Amino acid sequence: MALRLVTHGLRKAFNRRIVFENIDTSVSEGETLLIAGRNGSGKSTLVKILCDVLSPSQGSVDITGAGPLNAFTRKALFGLVSPYLQLYDEFSAMENLQLAAALRGLHGDARIHEELLARVALDPKRADPVHGFSSGMKQRLKYALALAHHPRILILDEPMSNLDADGMTIVRGIMTEQRTRGILVVATNDLSDIDVHERKVDLNVRA
Amino acid sequence: MSVRETTTLRWIRASLAVFLKDWRSELRTRYAMSALVMFVVTTISIILFSLGGEGASPEVLAGMLWVVIFFAAMSGLSRTFVMEEERGTGMTLQLLTPPGAVFAGKLLFNLVLGAGLTLLTVVLYAFFINGFIVRTLSIFLLTIALGSVGLAAASTIIAAIIARANTKGTLYPVLSFPILLPLLMTVINATRLASDGAPLGEAAGEFQILISYIVVVITVSTLLFEYIWKD
Amino acid sequence: MTLRILLGVLLTLVIVAALGLPMVQHPQHWYEFPSIPGLEEKARIIFFHVPTAWLSVMAFITSMIYGIRYLRRKDPMDDLTSASAAGLGLLFCVLATVTGAIWAKFNWGSYWNWDPRETSIFVLLLIYGAYFSLRAAVEVEEKRATLSSVYSIIAAVTVPFFVFIMPRIMTGLHPGAKGDPDGAGPVIEFKMSLNMRVVFFSSLIAFTLLFLWMLSLRVRTARLEYHHQPKG
Repeated sequence: MALRLVTHGLRKAFNRRIVFENIDTSVSEGETLLIAGRNGSGKSTLVKILCDVLSPSQGSVDITGAGPLNAFTRKALFGLVSPYLQLYDEFSAMENLQLAAALRGLHGDARIHEELLARVALDPKRADPVHGFSSGMKQRLKYALALAHHPRILILDEPMSNLDADGMTIVRGIMTEQRTRGILVVATNDLSDIDVHERKVDLNVRA
Repeated sequence: MSVRETTTLRWIRASLAVFLKDWRSELRTRYAMSALVMFVVTTISIILFSLGGEGASPEVLAGMLWVVIFFAAMSGLSRTFVMEEERGTGMTLQLLTPPGAVFAGKLLFNLVLGAGLTLLTVVLYAFFINGFIVRTLSIFLLTIALGSVGLAAASTIIAAIIARANTKGTLYPVLSFPILLPLLMTVINATRLASDGAPLGEAAGEFQILISYIVVVITVSTLLFEYIWKD
Repeated sequence: MTLRILLGVLLTLVIVAALGLPMVQHPQHWYEFPSIPGLEEKARIIFFHVPTAWLSVMAFITSMIYGIRYLRRKDPMDDLTSASAAGLGLLFCVLATVTGAIWAKFNWGSYWNWDPRETSIFVLLLIYGAYFSLRAAVEVEEKRATLSSVYSIIAAVTVPFFVFIMPRIMTGLHPGAKGDPDGAGPVIEFKMSLNMRVVFFSSLIAFTLLFLWMLSLRVRTARLEYHHQPKG
């Protein structure tokens, strides 16, 4: 059975101010879901709910076709890149990758980590502490972190933020690749970030 | 990844990862440690000044030892959670690992930190405070060990709560004190017994209370942590 | 409505009986209380002080139960009930402390003696204080509700330890404490005459009803406030 991510009547309110409600959408393997909306429309809130770091006020996010899930395997389905995801600054890029693997309960493979850093063009800096990184370099490292465990669902919130032309090319490659092997979710207000999408949630219409 | 690994192993690895991360981060920054050491040193010197060469009764000194330990714990044991909240790394941790592993790792970290701070306080206290005598060493050592475990256990869950509130610093002792009071009263009583030279058997009741306190607090904390941790 | 009338009648009867019935050396009639040497008229506090303390404990437990319910169902109304019960608990906790302290000054010679029950109510006051400080320090409603529920549960599981700790540490002045010739223990064997018992237990019932009535009032006003507050 193909992997499918479905939301049922999602609603989120902070202090009774409704951010969004009645979000019913679904996305299957090989498809891209676009979450569009202006600043403050709740894109990031929806993204957080999708990858289970925020509880919805109502409704649910269901995953089908992934087999039985436990605390670890459910988290392993998701890879997230987003501006509010913070890295551990005092550690180096390699240490961050190693730490993420260990936190997922896995043995980190240093060779794979080096390959990933090479892919996002960070390998010369792999032993430097992250607090010396520019925001663009941090964004690249976030891609390495999100891809390290081969997630079947890759969620990108503002995928191009802080990236230069080379960075954007790398990200486009990552997005194309993800579409062939799983689900891609992109939240952005810049529609030039993304070439094709099969599904769309437009938070502007609802707001 | 080729080897099929049991979930238990993943839990252990993830919990240790949380612990080691905090530990290495602490070794690099020395936030909590320097605050703790300075707190213990200043408090003990204030006690020395206020005693002014005159002794106090062993009962009073036994109580005072735990006053120092309690407030030192309040200055350092919230660090592990407050740090994640301040730097915004809490969500990263949530994304990567289950709440249970976070709690286990942080609890382990506070157990080590708590044991260290208790040990430091006891050594300095015994060295500098005249008139503090321990006649039954076995009672004293058991009390110190169980006391520091209980202190770390209760402090960890309260730290998780206050990390999510706005006034983190001031709230910590306020929320912790009523929870820690049963523990403090028991360890103070047991320390007095140790000073008085009571036989080990006489403190059996105290140890029973301490052990059940530790079991109850850790069990309840484990059950409730997920609610605090997830937004 | 029926609750209010029933409560009014019962509470009036209790107050009249508790304060009005005469105390004599050797009671002859059903309406006379036996006078306890050394206590005399001061014994009447038991009809109000104990139910007040009982109410503050009951409010504490209610608050915890609704806290648990909130964590399971995430219904904001459960949190309102939990907080309302805690508010009442705090009020009656203060009343019990103050009435007890004043009475202690006249009977035991000082306002505060750190006797086990005084210590327990002091701990309860601290918990209530901490609970409301926590609530004041969290702005997001859902988070405030979750955190305060968790805190009240943790507090509730550590409080019973005092039952075991107190008797080991100190002798008490209240009945039922260590050193009481009638036997120590958490359950007090009341040395009360039958008519005193009737008034005492009626008062307990009346205070329980009072709690339920006040709680329902508070919850209703809290709900109105909740729905009328500007969103955001």
